[in-house]
Amino acid sequence: MSLIELRNVAKEYRAGAGGTRTMALSGASLDVAEGEFIALMGPSGSGKSTLLSILGGLNPPTSGEVTIDTIPVYQLSQERLADFRREYIGFVFQQFQLIPYLTALENVMLPLAITRKKQDEQRELAEAVLTRVGLAGKHDRLPNQLSGGEQERVAIARAIVNDPPVLLADEPTGALDTRTSEEIMDLFRFLNQDGLTIVMVTHNRENARYAGKTVEIRDGSITSSSG
Amino acid sequence: MRLTDISIGNLRRRKARLLFSVLGLTIGIATIVILYSITTAMKQAIATELDEYGANIVVVPRSEGLALSYGGITVAGVSYDVKQLDMNAVTAIRRIKDRQNISAVAPKLLGTVKAGGRQVLMVGVDFTAELRMKKWWEITGRRPKSPSELLLGHGAAEEFHKMPGDTLVVNGQEFQVAGVLKEMGSQEDGLIFGDLGVAQKMLGQPGKLNLIEVSALCLSCPVDEIVRQIGAALPDVKVTALRQAVKGRLDTVERLDSFSYAVSVVVLLIGVLMMGITMLSSVNERTREIGIFRAIGFRKSHVMVIILFEALVISLLGGLAGYAIGTLGARAAAPFVAKTAVSIGWNPIVGGVALALAVVAGMLASFYPAWRASRLDPAEALRFI
Repeated sequence: MSLIELRNVAKEYRAGAGGTRTMALSGASLDVAEGEFIALMGPSGSGKSTLLSILGGLNPPTSGEVTIDTIPVYQLSQERLADFRREYIGFVFQQFQLIPYLTALENVMLPLAITRKKQDEQRELAEAVLTRVGLAGKHDRLPNQLSGGEQERVAIARAIVNDPPVLLADEPTGALDTRTSEEIMDLFRFLNQDGLTIVMVTHNRENARYAGKTVEIRDGSITSSSG
Repeated sequence: MRLTDISIGNLRRRKARLLFSVLGLTIGIATIVILYSITTAMKQAIATELDEYGANIVVVPRSEGLALSYGGITVAGVSYDVKQLDMNAVTAIRRIKDRQNISAVAPKLLGTVKAGGRQVLMVGVDFTAELRMKKWWEITGRRPKSPSELLLGHGAAEEFHKMPGDTLVVNGQEFQVAGVLKEMGSQEDGLIFGDLGVAQKMLGQPGKLNLIEVSALCLSCPVDEIVRQIGAALPDVKVTALRQAVKGRLDTVERLDSFSYAVSVVVLLIGVLMMGITMLSSVNERTREIGIFRAIGFRKSHVMVIILFEALVISLLGGLAGYAIGTLGARAAAPFVAKTAVSIGWNPIVGGVALALAVVAGMLASFYPAWRASRLDPAEALRFI
């Protein structure tokens, strides 16, 4: 039984009322087993980011089914869906997307703000995760006082602080130089070896090598799967 | 980390925006506080001036006797009186519940005496209370200081050809004329005013009174209520309230009052609008950020809490600043606007109401922006679409 199941997922966008329709995804099916590390590859506009957002419970598909841990994700109410995202999904967005006015530690604590955990517990947890991603000692810096690689580590720490089973990453190394990219990919591999299921969107062949499996997507359809 | 920490973090990041949002409410609240303080102070000033219109409550014995008239007030006939007032009544009036609203109690005993071979009406008064109540009395000479001194009405002085400093024999007793009242064209002109104790002895009615004039500040207290309280304390007397001409001035202030309310509402509405626009543009600017909150599992209600808490902080700051600026502004403006010496202090009730008003206004202004924020589509906000 797969942790994540996508069945014939299609997504159609409409530019404004009565505007032109665009098929971002047309009948994509994908299975991700627990503990897998998958690289989603494809040219820009192929629908890979759309697929990732659908996987993450952020973007309801026009048709098809998404099941994660046997939960039919898009049958949940909007508020339950938010709870689901908090429990199951860790997101690493493009461009890190840290909150600029919160320190590294506070950014990591952000998902804990809506849990019942006490302040001290939140702090300890966030500190432990920051250490785990290799960013001890820079807890009190604001995002703009950190390098790209460091910001990426904060973003990853924020994604995993709630201990979700699934990590979704959208072009995690897009803004990083080659050497930093490699460090970040090493971190991903390390987290995956710890049991985290990872789905990563990338157009970088080098990054894809770290994944156990590569899924190619083109014009809204999954064209090949290897690994 | 709590949701409110996020609100505070955002407010601290954008200080200029914070200032702008706070300013809108500050101006609104300050205007209200200024207008309210000044009109209230004006009302108080008028209430204080009521003193100068003399007595507004008259206490006389309940009696069927022959009446003498004084100052347009019917006074019970001295000789036929059944139940006379005495000095205990003065004490009783000074002890009523709303006694702090009574500014003067002036007891009197009236009676006919012989002076210079003629009958004349003498009024025994407590000069201190009497002169405090009758501020319009102008005296040539000086105020009587001892029981052996008299104050003569203008007509009486002419009748007896007396000047301040002269002596006058009344019922065989020699008095010094301390002062003469200027002509008023009223019944006072023909009277002789003497010390109450002396008059009581001379008229053979020690401790007795036949009239008590009371002056009460009737803005903060309804005169009718004071009349009721005196009536309850003194069951055998007749208590009458006199309507004074101050009402006209009060009407003016009340009209100013309604105008102030209208202006306040408009200015506050502008403040609400300003804050609403600022909050809305802030929400629009933070689209991505809110998208992240939603993506990592914040519920709509969590997003609303963040935005509304920011609004609460802005409102409290605006309310406090508005109250402070309003009070200081009223202090500065009052002498020019009210044209009377009014004192405006730090009123904690006004402060509390200002804060509450600011919070209500701030919530009103921010509810729609907060609701909009909570409804943001995270996929759209994060450009997945």
